[in-house]
Amino acid sequence: MSIDLPGFADPVLGAQACFRAVLTAMSRPGLIQRTGLDLTPPSPLAPATAAVLLTLVDAETTLLLAPSLAASAEWIEFHCGARQGDAAADFVVTDSLPDLAALESGNDECPERSTTVILQLAALGQGTAYTLAGPGLAAPTRFLAEGLPADFLARWGANHRLYPRGIDLILCAGTDLAALPRSVAASEG
Amino acid sequence: MTSAAGYNFAYLDEQTKRMIRRALLKAVAIPGHQIPFGSREMPLPYGWGTGGIQVTAAVLGPDDVLKVIDQGADDTTNAVSIRRFFARTAGVATTTDTAAATLIQTRHRIPEKPLREDQILVYQVPQPEPLSRLEPSRAETRRMHALAEYGLMYVKLYEDITRFGHVAISYDYPVMVNGRHLMAPSPIPAFDNPKMHRMAALQLFGAGREKRIYAVPPYTSVVSLDFDDHPFRTTRAPQCCGLCGADSSYLDEIVADDKGGRLFVCSDTDFCEERRAAGHVGPEGVAA
Amino acid sequence: MAYVAVKGGERAIDNAHAWLAATRRGDPAVTDLGIDQIREQLGRAVDRVMAEGSLYDPELAALAIKQAQGDLIEAAFLLRAYRTTLPRFAHSEPVDTAAMAIHRRISAVFKDLPGGQVLGPTYDYTHRLLDFGLESGDVPPPPAEAPVDGGPMQRVNDFLKHEGLIEADGPAHETPGDLTREPLSFPASRDVRLQALARGDEGFLLAMGYSTQRGYGGSHPFAGEIRMGTVKIEIEPAELGFAIDIGDVVLTECQMVNQFKGSRTTPPQFTRGYGLTFGHGERKAMAMALVDRAMRAEELGEDVTAPAQNVEFVVYHSDNIEGTGFVEHLQLPHYVDFQSELETIRRMRAEAGVSQ
Repeated sequence: MSIDLPGFADPVLGAQACFRAVLTAMSRPGLIQRTGLDLTPPSPLAPATAAVLLTLVDAETTLLLAPSLAASAEWIEFHCGARQGDAAADFVVTDSLPDLAALESGNDECPERSTTVILQLAALGQGTAYTLAGPGLAAPTRFLAEGLPADFLARWGANHRLYPRGIDLILCAGTDLAALPRSVAASEG
Repeated sequence: MTSAAGYNFAYLDEQTKRMIRRALLKAVAIPGHQIPFGSREMPLPYGWGTGGIQVTAAVLGPDDVLKVIDQGADDTTNAVSIRRFFARTAGVATTTDTAAATLIQTRHRIPEKPLREDQILVYQVPQPEPLSRLEPSRAETRRMHALAEYGLMYVKLYEDITRFGHVAISYDYPVMVNGRHLMAPSPIPAFDNPKMHRMAALQLFGAGREKRIYAVPPYTSVVSLDFDDHPFRTTRAPQCCGLCGADSSYLDEIVADDKGGRLFVCSDTDFCEERRAAGHVGPEGVAA
Repeated sequence: MAYVAVKGGERAIDNAHAWLAATRRGDPAVTDLGIDQIREQLGRAVDRVMAEGSLYDPELAALAIKQAQGDLIEAAFLLRAYRTTLPRFAHSEPVDTAAMAIHRRISAVFKDLPGGQVLGPTYDYTHRLLDFGLESGDVPPPPAEAPVDGGPMQRVNDFLKHEGLIEADGPAHETPGDLTREPLSFPASRDVRLQALARGDEGFLLAMGYSTQRGYGGSHPFAGEIRMGTVKIEIEPAELGFAIDIGDVVLTECQMVNQFKGSRTTPPQFTRGYGLTFGHGERKAMAMALVDRAMRAEELGEDVTAPAQNVEFVVYHSDNIEGTGFVEHLQLPHYVDFQSELETIRRMRAEAGVSQ
């Protein structure tokens, strides 16, 4: 049973450390952070993905889990207790980039009422190169990720143009983590 | 690391911290936009920094080194009280040294020493809505932010210029963040506004009573509103610090006697002490 | 001239707290005030603190009153700060005030009605003459008792409802809002508005309610019914599937009946304002009902012109914990901002050519 696998050894400090990693990642788009080092989540959940879920998701949030990650559903349910969500969920956790336009991007008055996508990838820091620019970056910065779709730049561009509405991405691979807030522009690297 | 008996690390319960953390991430993703959050009643009164305290409590970890300032000083009673609150509930190390701090909670000032990428500045905010004095209804100001309809503020600034020859706002001077959102920088003197522009450190803002959180990520554009023919300019007392001789820091004016005597000293006490320790002496000071 | 940097904030705070503790205790030769004495003999203060502190616990409210030296807003603040740290185990079922064990029940709109008019422990007809007998701690004779005639006492509104003369209950929300978890947004729904009023400052609600009687958004009220008494609190644990009784609370409820000539959307009928508060608090419950009705102006197609009809104004300013904090915070140092104002004014005076 996957629920036998533990969450953070210290739930309070584990969540705090992971949150700081996510906060740094969101503040400095593309900068890779490490988290979930002491986690052994059930397959196919990566430690970083599991850590982000334990840190941000609870019974006050809704979560949409991609079918490909269904084997981890019990563990997530047990440790996070999130309510089942749909395309308007607070969080979507998946291992392939969803159709961002189909998710909740907030409204003009409340652009924060939007879905955050927790996207598990093959690797960060290697793979396809992108150039990121925007708040959080002193200058345009190169970012490498493996597992984003070929048409990622077009899809991200459409999302970025909704600003201040839009979807924020938290990218996880192994124990690595990075983030792309809606405010960041991505181009070919 | 020790925590006060009966309370969680850094006082707030984990569910509350998660709620605040989710709001903080949204705030960072939409620089300058106010995120409503389920602000809790804190054991300190509204107006004493409940928003800043909640943000700090949600961010703070056992490895952090906390500095708390009020009016630029580490030794003002409210700064002492908040620093004690976290020393007691989170057992974290505290400091008055700006460079040694990883997290700085502030009321009304930005330290003189430039902050670094590995630091976070948390502002206590009494009134997060920059348009509040022009339009009291929050339903209405929310619509104005949605439409980026900030004409009302420009009209107010222009009226100041026609009446006084320049903008007459000296603190909480409105800023445009990331070219999109009008933001209240909290009641820091306008002197501090330029420090916010493309600051290397992450800036977080907490307004407890008004239940809003907002943020400015590192290296983000923060521009004080002005006009081409009336550019924004800062003011400070024209004197130099009586103790350390600094001639570009923000100064407090202290009434020295009942005959109109005044002494001007750095508002940033750590900055002043460091300068004096390095041998700088002002006209009223003695060598450290 | 020597300037000594202001140091010792920490010691100043410790000394202030010690002085406060001594002042709170007063003359040690006088007997210490017991929590039980406050709970039993200052019941109205305890009720007010529970209402504005949003926590039904007479024991803790009495402790808070003692700790706050009788400053009821400070006491309510102590309860609120305690309340926020409590885990939430369950939500109660809606209380049934028709099933209330009545201590007091008054209707101003009928001379008599089933169940009768029950004065209860009221100040209404006392002559406000200082009772010097209380100085010597006289024990009052026991009040007269009569057998309870049993059965629930039907609410006055239910008598009017049959003819359709009074508006029906609004649609029930599955889950009412909770402004202690979700920040207010506007337009605010009536459940959230009522929550704000129930936590709101009695003095503020009194002034707002009073203003509607003096013409600022008049709503022609009649006190349909005021009832005070004990109701059961029930919760329904998911694993049980039925409700269980977890205790009793004392509540005061006010149903205000308001004249209404009808609008384009609503036929002429009586409309309602509602007030409910912890403990014995009819001033609060009645004022709340007036303000609740005033805030329904827009919904009922009336002009919104008066302060009590302005939902944002009322709801944002009814909370005395928020208000007291923000007013009193003006005593914190603001000298940095004041300095920037000084420099601005000096500059403006210099530019205007004012000589020193």
